[in-house]
Amino acid sequence: MAAIIDYVIISAVLLAIGIYGLTVKRNAIRMLFAIEIIVNAANLNLVAFSRNLSVPNITGQTLALFSIAIAAAEVAVGLALIIVAYRLYKDIDVKEFRSMKG
Amino acid sequence: MADPSFITVAVITVASAIIALEFREIIYGAIALAISLLGIAAFFVLLDATFVAMFQVAVYVGAVVVLVIFTIMLVRREAWMAVPEGRRKVMGLLIMFVTMFGLGAIFISSSLTEQTVPEAKFTFQQIGEQMLTYYSPALIAMALTLAGAVIGALALAKVELGGSKSGSDN
Repeated sequence: MAAIIDYVIISAVLLAIGIYGLTVKRNAIRMLFAIEIIVNAANLNLVAFSRNLSVPNITGQTLALFSIAIAAAEVAVGLALIIVAYRLYKDIDVKEFRSMKG
Repeated sequence: MADPSFITVAVITVASAIIALEFREIIYGAIALAISLLGIAAFFVLLDATFVAMFQVAVYVGAVVVLVIFTIMLVRREAWMAVPEGRRKVMGLLIMFVTMFGLGAIFISSSLTEQTVPEAKFTFQQIGEQMLTYYSPALIAMALTLAGAVIGALALAKVELGGSKSGSDN
């Protein structure tokens, strides 16, 4: 059984990878991937702390379920925005999205 | 100390997260993202959270990644494969390593390392009870948010279809 510090370290590594992706990538879908990785790092933390508190408490798992559901909604809206942007600009490179005008 | 199953899952998760962001062909990146999310689900199983793991597989691998793959099929272009990154990549790597080692150093020097793993027995009944008692307003709000997000996504895609038609008339 791994201790909590292992999970927290993995979570920090995933967060750093996600931040790298958000900083470097200009493809909107890749940025969405990076956001997913960050959200999952946060969920991992929630569940790990829920399991490893001195008195284990299931609230962390409940919150992780809420977080997963909200992330799914966010992806649906994000992909709809990407499709709209693709129709307008014929590209999903965020550097091309210079104006908010349709 | 960490056991072999933990290390295996950790390597798979982190490696496929990197592949998801770095692989040239974006559709393979989406598949690598699915593997990374499955790795997170495996972590949940290791943490005795089987219900959350099942939810993760159903929602992320079952819905989100499939949605992403369909979107990629709609908007994919060859030109994406050769986007130069150059200096931004160096800055991004720098930020990544600062975050990783900074946070890692803070965590390792904290009292988290002294924590022992307690005995725990979780059942889904507890999650259900919490969701329907203390968190029931949040559950309702989440349901409305999901419905609003899905309707909003549909409306965004649909209205723009009409808009682009009138745009092509001009």
